[in-house]
Amino acid sequence: MGLKSKDLLDIQGLEKDEINLILDTAESFKEVTSRDIKKVPTLRGKTVFNLFFEPSTRTRTSFELAAKRLSADVINFSVSTSSVVKGETLLDTARNIEAMRSDFIVIRHSASGAPHMLARQLKSSVINAGDGSHEHPTQALLDMFTIREKKGMIEGLKIAIIGDIIHSRVARSNIHGLTKLGAEVRIVGPPALIPMDIEALGVSVFYNMEDALSGADVIMVLRLQLERQGKNFFPSLREYAGLYSLTSDKAGYAKEDVMIMHPGPMNRGVEISPEVADGLSSVILEQVTNGIAVRMAALYLLSGVG
Amino acid sequence: MTEKIMMDSMGIERALNRIAHEIIERNKGTENLVLVGIRTCGVHLARRLSVKIKEVEKSDVPVGILDITLYRDDILTRKEHPAVRKTDIPFDLTDKVVVLVDDVLFTGRTIRAAMDGLMDLGRPALIKLAVLIDRGHRELPVRADYVGKNIPTSRPASVKALLSEEGFEDTVILKEEQ
Amino acid sequence: MNILIKNGHIIDPSNNLDRTADLLIEDGRIAQIGQNLSVTPDTEIIDATGQLVVPGLIDMHTHLREPGYEYKETIRTGTLAAAAGGFTTICCMPNTKPVNDSQAVTEFILHKAASEGIVNVHPIGAITKGCNGIEITEMGDLKKAGCIAVSDDGKPVMNSLVMRRALEYAKMFNLPVISHCEDTSLSEDGVMNEGRVSTELGLRGIPNASEDIMVARDIALAELTGGHIHIAHVSTKGAVELIRRAKEKGIHVTAETCPHYLLLTDEAVTGYNTNAKMKPPLRQGGDVEAVRKGLQDGTIDVIATDHAPHAQEEKEREFDYAPFGIVGLETALSLILRLVEEGILTLKDVVLKMSANPARVLGIERGNLSIGVHADITIINPHTTWVVEAANLKSKGKNTPFEGWKMRGRVSAAIVGGRIVFRV
Repeated sequence: MGLKSKDLLDIQGLEKDEINLILDTAESFKEVTSRDIKKVPTLRGKTVFNLFFEPSTRTRTSFELAAKRLSADVINFSVSTSSVVKGETLLDTARNIEAMRSDFIVIRHSASGAPHMLARQLKSSVINAGDGSHEHPTQALLDMFTIREKKGMIEGLKIAIIGDIIHSRVARSNIHGLTKLGAEVRIVGPPALIPMDIEALGVSVFYNMEDALSGADVIMVLRLQLERQGKNFFPSLREYAGLYSLTSDKAGYAKEDVMIMHPGPMNRGVEISPEVADGLSSVILEQVTNGIAVRMAALYLLSGVG
Repeated sequence: MTEKIMMDSMGIERALNRIAHEIIERNKGTENLVLVGIRTCGVHLARRLSVKIKEVEKSDVPVGILDITLYRDDILTRKEHPAVRKTDIPFDLTDKVVVLVDDVLFTGRTIRAAMDGLMDLGRPALIKLAVLIDRGHRELPVRADYVGKNIPTSRPASVKALLSEEGFEDTVILKEEQ
Repeated sequence: MNILIKNGHIIDPSNNLDRTADLLIEDGRIAQIGQNLSVTPDTEIIDATGQLVVPGLIDMHTHLREPGYEYKETIRTGTLAAAAGGFTTICCMPNTKPVNDSQAVTEFILHKAASEGIVNVHPIGAITKGCNGIEITEMGDLKKAGCIAVSDDGKPVMNSLVMRRALEYAKMFNLPVISHCEDTSLSEDGVMNEGRVSTELGLRGIPNASEDIMVARDIALAELTGGHIHIAHVSTKGAVELIRRAKEKGIHVTAETCPHYLLLTDEAVTGYNTNAKMKPPLRQGGDVEAVRKGLQDGTIDVIATDHAPHAQEEKEREFDYAPFGIVGLETALSLILRLVEEGILTLKDVVLKMSANPARVLGIERGNLSIGVHADITIINPHTTWVVEAANLKSKGKNTPFEGWKMRGRVSAAIVGGRIVFRV
C-alpha cells in the first residue's frame, strides 16, 4: 500500500494505516542516516523547495537534510528577499516556484490552511511544515516514531500534553495521530490556552498537573510563545511557570519510566526545568535525530503517489 | 498459463551444498568471508549457505541483509513505490570478500542496485555473486560466480523460488503464458 | 407599455391575496387584479400559469461597492444581479470609499442608480462619519438626500454613548438604526465561529457571546432612547432569544437574518473555504435551529442577503487574510424556497420576510400589490431546477458557498415600475 494523497497536509486526514506506513518506512531510513555515507540515490533529479514564511532553522534544516540524503536538489526560498514583500500573493509565489518545475513544496506559514490552499492549486506535492495554529504533521510523526521506538507501541499509552494547546499546531497533530493509534491523550493548561470543544477530538482536559500527569507514560511539553504574555492568557510567566513548568517534582506524578518530549526550541525555566530537559527521561535530542528519518520517509512515500 | 517445477527441495539442497563448497574452495577457507543476502529470498539462501559452510569449516560466516529498494533504477517511474525495508549489515564491509546472494538472476538490474548499495556501506576487497537460478536475459554486464542451476526461459516467463522460510515447500517454479 | 400577467398564483399578504388571477399593469402601476381581464391589443402578455406572482422582493442589506470598490461590484452589476435574483428594490450599505456619510455620496449613488441601475436603489447612510464609531453623521441631510436608514454595517458602533446619541438623533427623522452586532474586543481577530471546527482548523474563533452582548446592549439602548433598532444578520440562538424578549416588552426592535444562517453551519469552513467566511460567522446546528424558529414565530422580521461581493484574488488567499462576506442576491430566493419545501416557512411567509416586512421596517411604500402602487413584481417558477455555478452569476462577485448546490424554484421575471428588467 501507499499514501492516498499527493500532499502531506495534516494528520487528521491520514488513516491509521498510512501513519503506520510512514513510521515503518522511517525505521528503514533511520538505518540510512546512521551510516557513514548517509545518502541514497532514490530521489535523484527531484527538486524540493523549502518555502518558509516563518523563521524555523530547525525544521527547515531537517527537511533540507532529509531531501539531500535522498539525493534530491533543495532550494531554500528566502522569504525576506522574495517578492512577498512586494505584495505578491502566496498563490502567485507558489505558481512561480512550480514554473521552475518543483516536485515538492515544503511550506511553513503563519496562516492556518495556507498549505491546503496551495495543494488544491498545484501539481507539486505540498508538505505542511507547520501552518498557523493548525497542524505540524511531520513533528507529530517524529514524536510518534520516537514513542514507538522507545515504548514498543503507542496503543494504550497514557500521554499528557502540557501548555499552550490553543496556539499549538504540534498539539493538534499529535492529538489526531496519537488517538488514531490508540493512546489515551490528556491535555493540561490554563483554561484560556485550551481551545473550545477540544474534547470532541477524543482527549480529556485537565487544569491541574497532578491529575493530568498521574500514571502518564509520556509527557509532551509544548513551547510557550513568550509573546502570549500581557494578553491575559495568564497573568505572568512567574505564575505560569509555578503552575505548569515541568519540574522533577511534577514529573514524579508520572510513571517511573516516563518519557519526556519537547518539540523545541525550549524556554528553559519557563515550560520545562533544566534538570528535566537534560534528565535521563528526556528524549528531546533523539526527537531531532528521528525527524530526519521521518521526513525522508514522507518524501519517499509522497514521490510514489500519483 | 503453465506451471512447471524446475527444482524440488532435494535439487535446491544439492545446489546449495555445491555452492557452499565452491565458495570455500575458491576463497581458500572462510577468512574475511561475509555473506549478504538480497531481500527477501536472498537472505534465506545466505543464511542456509552460512550454516552449510560452518558444517564444513567449523567457523561462523556472518550474514547481512541488504534492501535494494532505494537503489532501484525504476523507482521514479513505477506507479507506486515498493515498501522500503531495513538494510541490516551488522559488520564492516571494508576489505571483506562479500558474496552477494540472490534467488534468481535475470536482467542484472537488482545486482547493479545491490552493488551500489554495498559501496555506500563500505569498500569490500571483492564482491562475488551467488544465485540459485540463472534464467538469462541480462540487460547489464553482470555474471554470477556461483550458480545453482541454469534455466533457459522465454523473456515474459516468470521464475520463482518458493522457500520453506516463507511457508512453502522448497521449489523453483517456471510460469509461462501459453 | 401595458403588461398583463395571466393566470399566475398571486400572493400578497398585505391585501390578503392568495389565488390564481390575472394582473394588469398600466402606466407603470398596478391597474387591476381579476379573472379574464380584457386588454388592449398592444398589451404584452406574460403567461404565468403555474407560477407565483408576488410583490417585488426587497433586499434591505446589500453591498453595492460603488463608489470606490468598482472592481468588486458596481451599481450596474449589482442591480443586474438583484433583478436576476428577483429583487426589485435593494438598499445599499454605506461602507464604500468614500463612506456614504454625506449628502454628496448619497446623491452620487442615486444618480448612478437612476442612470445605470435596473432596480430601485435606496441608500443607507452611515451612523458615524467614516463609519469610525466616533462622531454621528448629519442624518437630517442624509434623509433629505434619500437615505432610508443608517448603519455602520461591517463594523459595530463600539462606544455605547455614541450609539445612544445615534438612536436619539435618528428617532427624530424616523430613521431605523441598523446595527452590525459584534463586540470587537471579544471577537478580536477571529475569522470564524468558535467551536469544535475552529479548534480543529486552528483558526481564531468568534464566540456567540460577541454577537449576543451587542444585541443585548443595543436593545437596552433602544429601550432607553425609544429609537428604532434593527438588528442586522442575526446568527445566534442567544440573539434570537434576546430579540424575542425585547419584542415582548414592546421595545422598538426589528431584526433580519440571511439565507446562509438558515442553511449552513461552521462545518462549511472545513477545507479553509474562504467562500464560507463572513461576519457574523456561520454558527452551529443549534443556532441554525433557533434562527429558523425565530423566523417562524416572527421574532425575525426580514430575510436579507448581506450580498458582499469580493474579487476572486481577494478570496483566493490564506483564510486569515481573505475578506469577510459572500454574494447572495442571486441565490437567496431559491435557498429560501428550500425552507418552504422543508415545511419551515409558507409561501406567504416568504413574501412577508422578503418584501412586505422590509418595506414596513424601512417605511417605504413598496412590498405589496395594491391597486395604484408602482408595479414592482417578481414572477417565480417554483418548479425550475438549476445548479449554482459561480461563473454564471451576474454579480462581479463569484464568492458563493453554494457552488454546485441543486436548487428548485427560480425567478422567471422581474418587473420594476412596470418595466420588465429580467426575464428568463
